[in-house]
Amino acid sequence: MPSSLSAQNKNKRRQFPATVFWFSLGIVMEVCGSSSPTLREFGCEQNLLSRPDGSSSFVQGDTSVLAGVYGPAEVKVSKEIYDRATLEVVMQPKVGLPTVRERAREQCVRETCKASLLSTLHPRSSLTLVLQVVHDDGSLLSCFLNSACMALMDAGLPMSCLFAGVTCAIDTDGQVITDPNAAQEKESRALMTFAIDSTERRVMMSSTRGSFTVHELQQCIAVSQKASDKIFQFYRDSVRRRYSKTL
Amino acid sequence: MQACFKDKVGDVLLPGDVFSFQMPESITDSKPEKVVCGPGLRRNGDEVLVCKSGILRHKQPNLYWIDSQQRRYVPGKGESVIGIITAKSGDIFKVDVGGSEQASLSYLAFEGATKRNRPNVQVGDLVYSQFIIANKDMEPELVCIDSCGRANGMGVFGAGGLLFKVSLGLVRRLLAPQSEIAKDLEKMFPFEIVVGMNGRVWVKSKTIQQTLIVANLLESCENMTAQQRQTLFRRVADGSI
Repeated sequence: MPSSLSAQNKNKRRQFPATVFWFSLGIVMEVCGSSSPTLREFGCEQNLLSRPDGSSSFVQGDTSVLAGVYGPAEVKVSKEIYDRATLEVVMQPKVGLPTVRERAREQCVRETCKASLLSTLHPRSSLTLVLQVVHDDGSLLSCFLNSACMALMDAGLPMSCLFAGVTCAIDTDGQVITDPNAAQEKESRALMTFAIDSTERRVMMSSTRGSFTVHELQQCIAVSQKASDKIFQFYRDSVRRRYSKTL
Repeated sequence: MQACFKDKVGDVLLPGDVFSFQMPESITDSKPEKVVCGPGLRRNGDEVLVCKSGILRHKQPNLYWIDSQQRRYVPGKGESVIGIITAKSGDIFKVDVGGSEQASLSYLAFEGATKRNRPNVQVGDLVYSQFIIANKDMEPELVCIDSCGRANGMGVFGAGGLLFKVSLGLVRRLLAPQSEIAKDLEKMFPFEIVVGMNGRVWVKSKTIQQTLIVANLLESCENMTAQQRQTLFRRVADGSI
């Protein structure tokens, strides 16, 4: 199969991966005229594991992630930071050992959590976030972000804001698909994941792949900001349900 | 200003929620109101930010805090906890209290202890003690005496009993004055219970079976409404479970 292999290689070369971190991007995005973006069915459970200090499972369509948070706990002297907590993110794939791809995603999640956590309130301690893939059917990074946010909230760690992850795919016709599944991701021309904060709906982190125009990027950000409202509302409903027995 | 908080008392709040106080400019001669913010609330300029998820609680006259169900303990000054002695070094003991750092306990901080007369404390013993130093930048320090030098219920635990962990939210509900859970438990059979603010609970009763019943009941209390709890307790007291 030499012909198909070379075609795949060519395909790979065309898609250049790029990961950029933006904190408090001060641009007011134009809201595109389309109706509210569609997300797959999503669900969440908090406090389901007995050993970690905080845990959550987050399901988006068929994509499912389990998260556990440990901390503030004792820290190794070599990793100790004198004025804030050390945050460690570990990502476990479904099978096998973590690879470079997991490391890149770890960094995306770590930087987002770092920006929202008030880590100066727990100096010289360690926070460990473990993310386990249960099933991957597209939009995995956004599922990681949502599950991480729920787990951090469950652990009761001080946070300045919440965050939500939204993945957008641009298909070959130039249509924006929010929360794509694995098949849609494969066919897409470009794939972007944004972390949106809950207070000002600004972009905290973006990870993109493929080629797209500036206008398309702005359109995707606007769509993600709209979609994040739904996720934040879901966060509120699910936390309210959790505390319903002690109200 | 307090009206802003009062609307939300009993509501579930999430990190990132903001209370902003816009004073009407026409009122200039009114006295400034004071509000005391407890755990989960932070002042930022003329706003109050929420930094934990949970239920907003209020206590007269002006105390507000967020009540959340968390598992990890963060030491607080004046709180009483159950610790486990992990090491003896020179004139201090290292105590594991479940926080991010081990606390230190001086051997002189026991009732009647002098340089001659050392208290009999071994590694692995349980102690009920109180924080006199607890802040984020320093090593926490425990004592087993009150300000008058009396033990006042603190010190090393006797033999027997069972130690287990519950969530911090449940511990606070147990220790609250006129706690309903404690009242329901008292009705069943006599037993000794020690509740530490760090989520550790020690129970001892006449038989091991009764001790285990209390431990299991407390663990199951966490996610039950008052009605569910009372029916369960009644069934246990009748001997049907």
